[in-house]
Amino acid sequence: MNAPLVWIMIPGVTAVMIFLLRRWYRSTVLVGVFLAGLLSLLAWIVPIGKNIDLGAWSFKLDEILSVLGRRFVLGDGDRPILTLVYLMAAFWFGAAYVARAGRMFVPLGLAVVTLLTAALAVEPFLYAALLIEMAILVSVPILLAPGKPVGRGILRFVILQTLGMPFILFTEWMLTGVETSPGEMGLVIRASGLLGLGFMFLLAIVPFHTWVPMLAEDAHPYAVSYVFVMLSWMIFLFGLGFLDRYTWLRNDPKVYDLLRLAGLLMVMTGGVGAAFQRHLGRILGFAVIAEIGFALLAAGLPEGLPLVFVMLLPRALAFGVWSLALASLWNQKQDMHYANLQGIARRMPVLAVAMVLAQFSVAGFPLLAGFPVRLVLWDQLAAQSGWQASLSLLGSIGLIASGLRTLAVFVTGPEEHPWKITESWQFLVLLGIGLTALFLVGLFPQWFLPPLLNGLNAFERLTP
Amino acid sequence: MFETIAFPAVSFPALTLIFITSILLLLGRDWRWIVAALALQYVGVFMLVALSWPLEMAVVKVITGWMAGAVLGVGVAIVPLTRQEEERFWPSGRLFRLLAVGLVALVIFSSSPKIAERLPNVGLEVVLGSLILIGNGLLNLGLTSHPFRVTVGLLTLLSGFEILYAALEVSALVAGLLAGVNLGLALVGAFLMVVPSMEVAD
Repeated sequence: MNAPLVWIMIPGVTAVMIFLLRRWYRSTVLVGVFLAGLLSLLAWIVPIGKNIDLGAWSFKLDEILSVLGRRFVLGDGDRPILTLVYLMAAFWFGAAYVARAGRMFVPLGLAVVTLLTAALAVEPFLYAALLIEMAILVSVPILLAPGKPVGRGILRFVILQTLGMPFILFTEWMLTGVETSPGEMGLVIRASGLLGLGFMFLLAIVPFHTWVPMLAEDAHPYAVSYVFVMLSWMIFLFGLGFLDRYTWLRNDPKVYDLLRLAGLLMVMTGGVGAAFQRHLGRILGFAVIAEIGFALLAAGLPEGLPLVFVMLLPRALAFGVWSLALASLWNQKQDMHYANLQGIARRMPVLAVAMVLAQFSVAGFPLLAGFPVRLVLWDQLAAQSGWQASLSLLGSIGLIASGLRTLAVFVTGPEEHPWKITESWQFLVLLGIGLTALFLVGLFPQWFLPPLLNGLNAFERLTP
Repeated sequence: MFETIAFPAVSFPALTLIFITSILLLLGRDWRWIVAALALQYVGVFMLVALSWPLEMAVVKVITGWMAGAVLGVGVAIVPLTRQEEERFWPSGRLFRLLAVGLVALVIFSSSPKIAERLPNVGLEVVLGSLILIGNGLLNLGLTSHPFRVTVGLLTLLSGFEILYAALEVSALVAGLLAGVNLGLALVGAFLMVVPSMEVAD
């Protein structure tokens, strides 16, 4: 028995099986939630590479699985990341039935997690680009609604993400040369340039970000937020892998300057862009852009890497609640332009509150889950550069302004309808839990965020 | 003896095939011709990849390419005619595309020797074949928003990259994963064409 078999092969085979059995929608969702939860629990409690004694029975989970001369390796240091990734999948699958994210959502969502886990495990690790590309392709069907025309967002998503892969793969060949002769500046610059371009495509960094709001406008909000959060997080980890492995990259201060610059561009584009949108889906898309920007900013700070990991919980909570609320509107075939949503809070107050508070949390509004992490980020950023901290604050202000606009549209309408709760009880329960969690994490971050720091164990050389 | 096709004589027909088929992919209007050109293009890709890889591994490229073409062909064939939304670019659009190909070819032929110099152990014919496909693939992607043509453009672009990458990396796992990506792209392309006509399930 080995770890890649447990966390890659088993969920992979299960994904194929439940895809074939997707006619039994409720059962496939249950299997997906149970398996993702179980794998998360196993990653939390079962050590890898050490003997485990269960009474008279003793076994060991090996780290390595060999396939066609290459290896998939999951070590003990990867356990926190496996726990987080499968927990996040279980969290999203948990509300998939209520959100009506589609019959393909859980099977293909599980396949996406499996491929991304394989991407983290494969050695040489640059082959991960191919597995990430496969995960991107697998995620396409869950982003498409049957019977609806294919939008330009999905086409751009496929094109731009596919364009990223060759750059990353080609970098492998160049990096071998850089490692043998790090003094050759021309080669270093070319390798860094190709690597940077590859990640610009993969992380939708400006100017390759246009597909994000377009896709968020066209696709089911719940499915789209799952793909955004999961893909961007795993691609980010893949990027951290480069910093962890290559000393010349890790020790170059220009890399961190560029990360901060890209982060600032993303936060500004996301925040300011969101403030001028009139479509709820597009606002979610711009918030995703800003969120990726905040992560890039954190990665570009000397002591910011732990923030990259603690951001995950507030991010998952905020986008989970936000997209679930949007899914409720989507399922009612409600047009999500402002013009058609006036006064909707009078009919669906919980949904409206959830949507606005989730957006405020992404912006880093006090008392909400996003605030503690943003506060530390702004503090560290201000120590580096005052103007950079001010510009990132401007991005957050843009998100808050957008949230206030949404709130104003929701509560004012041409007719003064009496206030009434019309959301289904399933939505009320799930949104209630989500909102409570947003406040709990915001008020007591010391209870929830420190365990996330264990994710750093997978990157030994980056650990402070 | 035939571990690799090492004689350079194979390069010229391969390059000619790649160049002609990539033009056909850009100018073709009937999906049958486009799928046929794609299948032929993969023969050229196979010939150039075989310069670097063992024959039995290089064959994977042509088999994968033909499978991808077949998947795309099936996808476009089952879409109702009203949904195919054939782009109208005859005759001025076709002339524009031809001129654009000429421009791309000019850039490729002038820059290939310099690029080949920077890539040790990679022949000029490999760089040329690779850049022709990458250039025309990008051109195809830039000129269309039709799922069928976008997929063909991406497959062309990836083929170009694969020719170059084959000269740098010989690995069965990479060959398998790249084949998976190509087939995945074709399946996604077919799905993109079919999804608007699919019935909504509960």
